Amino acid sequence: MAEATGIKEIIKPENLVYKKTKIMTDNVLSYCPGCGHGTTHRILAEIIDEEGLQSQTIGICPVGCSVLLYNFLDIDWQEAAHGRAPALATAVKRLLPDRFVFTYQGDGDLAAIGTAETIHACNRGENILIIFINNGIYGMTGGQMAPTTLPGMKSSTSPYGRDVKLMGNPLKMTDIVATLPGTYYVTRQSVHTPANVRKTKKAMKKAVQYQKLNKGTCFVEIVSNCPSNWKMTPVESNKWMEENMLPYYPLGDLKVPAEETTQKTINPEKND
Amino acid sequence: MTEEIIIAGFGGQGVLSMGKIMAYSGVMQDMEVSWMPSYGPEMRGGTANVIVIISSDRISSPIVRNFDTAIILNQQSLDKFENSVKPGGILIYDGNGITRHPERKDITVYRVDAVEEAGRMNSPKTFNMIVLGGFLKIKPIIKLENVIKGLKKSLPERYHNLIPMNEKALERGLEIIRKV
Amino acid sequence: MEKELRLMKGNEAVAEAAIRAGADGYFGYPITPQSEILEYLMQANPYTTTGMVVLQAESEVAAINMVYGGAACGKKVMTSSSSPGISLKQEGITYIAGAELPCLIVNVVRGGPGLGTIQPAQSDYFQAVKGGGHGDYHLIVLAPASVQEMADFVDLSFELAFKYRNPVMMLSDGAIGQMMEKVWLSPQKERSKTVPEWATTGKPTTRERNIITSLDLDPNAQESFNKKLIDKYNEIREKEVRFEEFQCEDAEYLFVAYGTSARVCQKAVQLCRAAGIKAGLIRPITLFPFPSKRINELADKMKLILSVEMSAGQMVEDVMLSVNGKVPVYHFGRMGGIVTAPDEVVEFLKSKIIGG
Repeated sequence: MAEATGIKEIIKPENLVYKKTKIMTDNVLSYCPGCGHGTTHRILAEIIDEEGLQSQTIGICPVGCSVLLYNFLDIDWQEAAHGRAPALATAVKRLLPDRFVFTYQGDGDLAAIGTAETIHACNRGENILIIFINNGIYGMTGGQMAPTTLPGMKSSTSPYGRDVKLMGNPLKMTDIVATLPGTYYVTRQSVHTPANVRKTKKAMKKAVQYQKLNKGTCFVEIVSNCPSNWKMTPVESNKWMEENMLPYYPLGDLKVPAEETTQKTINPEKND
Repeated sequence: MTEEIIIAGFGGQGVLSMGKIMAYSGVMQDMEVSWMPSYGPEMRGGTANVIVIISSDRISSPIVRNFDTAIILNQQSLDKFENSVKPGGILIYDGNGITRHPERKDITVYRVDAVEEAGRMNSPKTFNMIVLGGFLKIKPIIKLENVIKGLKKSLPERYHNLIPMNEKALERGLEIIRKV
Repeated sequence: MEKELRLMKGNEAVAEAAIRAGADGYFGYPITPQSEILEYLMQANPYTTTGMVVLQAESEVAAINMVYGGAACGKKVMTSSSSPGISLKQEGITYIAGAELPCLIVNVVRGGPGLGTIQPAQSDYFQAVKGGGHGDYHLIVLAPASVQEMADFVDLSFELAFKYRNPVMMLSDGAIGQMMEKVWLSPQKERSKTVPEWATTGKPTTRERNIITSLDLDPNAQESFNKKLIDKYNEIREKEVRFEEFQCEDAEYLFVAYGTSARVCQKAVQLCRAAGIKAGLIRPITLFPFPSKRINELADKMKLILSVEMSAGQMVEDVMLSVNGKVPVYHFGRMGGIVTAPDEVVEFLKSKIIGG
């Protein structure tokens, strides 16, 4: 009892350093401990809140671990069929051009079954933000090989490790869409350290600004982890990600607006 | 009154557009019309045909197998459709390139050498209007003035300067068609 | 405002009628014999006049999912395709039905299976009226039989789609799509400014967030939803049956046919009557809901019923269910892109009367 009173003493407005953003609902996240989805949701919620976009935003959820994303952010949502989110977003943005429209998709959704929808939405330069969570595995269905699974990486459908001769190579969708004239800003980030969280938030904020200016497709990949299906503790999974995923999927901007390239050289902080 | 017509010939010969002008002319005369083309790859250089029905009543089937009139513009079409003319019906054909001429005795056969005549008139593209003129001589179901109106409707405005030429061709058709 | 008379192809009539109905968006992909719809809309460029969005998608799959996204915003949106393309759209269609969204899907049917032929057929009846995609659902299915109805049913489809929050399919075929007839076009309607309360347009502080989804992981909740859908379909069966009858008053032989086949059978009725056979025709205008009750009533005074369709015999199953054994029911029809000829229908009927 004494301890409980102690906690109550501490939880006082003047002591608060961190709290749930308004846009996050009270629903308990359905993600495994240590998963990057929760952090990414939070970043998105903070941006929608800070930019005052709640009444302007339509989000498109994928099929995958984040299929229930609509339970966690207090905005209008559409649940797409597997891989089709960019097609939905295309129509939403064209019919409601003044709204903020984004898709949130995993690697199976975006880089396998939804490859065509992703590439063509980017190629048309749809004025949307595509958030791409890449953890190299199908999480929801139980750890099958994804298009982004690394060579040699084990999964339930590559139990002896991904043999690229038999199973093909990991697909770098972010690199591909960066080559398309329709994309305006393409970047690869992560959320596994506080510094990276801050960088990701900055990148997503940029994307929001660009959408307001009708610049074209913004594409933010977040290299993430999957402790459960990688069969690691959260800490181990982040370490494994740094040592294995990041060399294959290096962080940083892949395409930045021309006007910012000059800025970038003036302001070295902007470099990753 | 219901007139069920098939027009058949080479793709690109103006078969479909002749049908279209007929249909538009019917509309101008306040008739019911349907225009049912053959479509698809066979249209590109192969044979093309269109069924045009003009009627004073609501049209039932836009697709029929037997016709009151067959307008035939090449040998393949003649071979294919000669037997589709209803007994007592009419077959109009252009003799150009025809080696086996119509043989049926229970229909009336007319010949209009429109390709040749259009060449003589120095306007080969109006050949289908000569044929149409011939048809209207035999079956005056549409007034000529309504054909001109229909022509105006079916031709894009930039081609309207060609209308007098087409009118001439139409009248020429009336003159040169002859019973075989 | 007065109606405007034009001579148009069925496909063109759909496109023009969509603009005039105040549609907000069309998303399509080329396929014969319906490409004129997309071509006409691109040519008309309605974005500059009514604000209607027209987009050529990268696939039929993308097109139907664009329809999903647009419909989820409460907009009047549509797509069109022909049989193989409609098969590709089935994923999106079942999601749209599951999310209870209104939209219009036009199928200008060609012969199948597989790549089949580009010529007209009616072999997608099962796919259209029995669901088509996975799960327990129905589309409302309208069967236009003329270019005029290709135009008129666009507006009707949107009306029904929004009334019931249900996808509507216009089941046409290559013949009606490609042929030209006179059509009276309705005056231009303004695009609707009302936003349905369920639409996802951005959450204001005044309401809860809207979620458009067809997912429910709780089996009990999903079953309740399935029951709700059944109730909706029953209401549609009760209120929305449409059909037309030709010379049924004194008929002893009844044709049942929709779309192009109904036109063929009208002619067959004339030929029969000329030959002293008392034939009549009932033309279902809605294929779902099917005019079962009326067919059952008519069966009482018929000697036999002949279902005529350009398929191996699909609608005939619904005719048999409707007739429920009262009189013999037969099927007749050509396939593979061949349109049944009126005299063939008459010959077949005669053979059944004699053989009867």
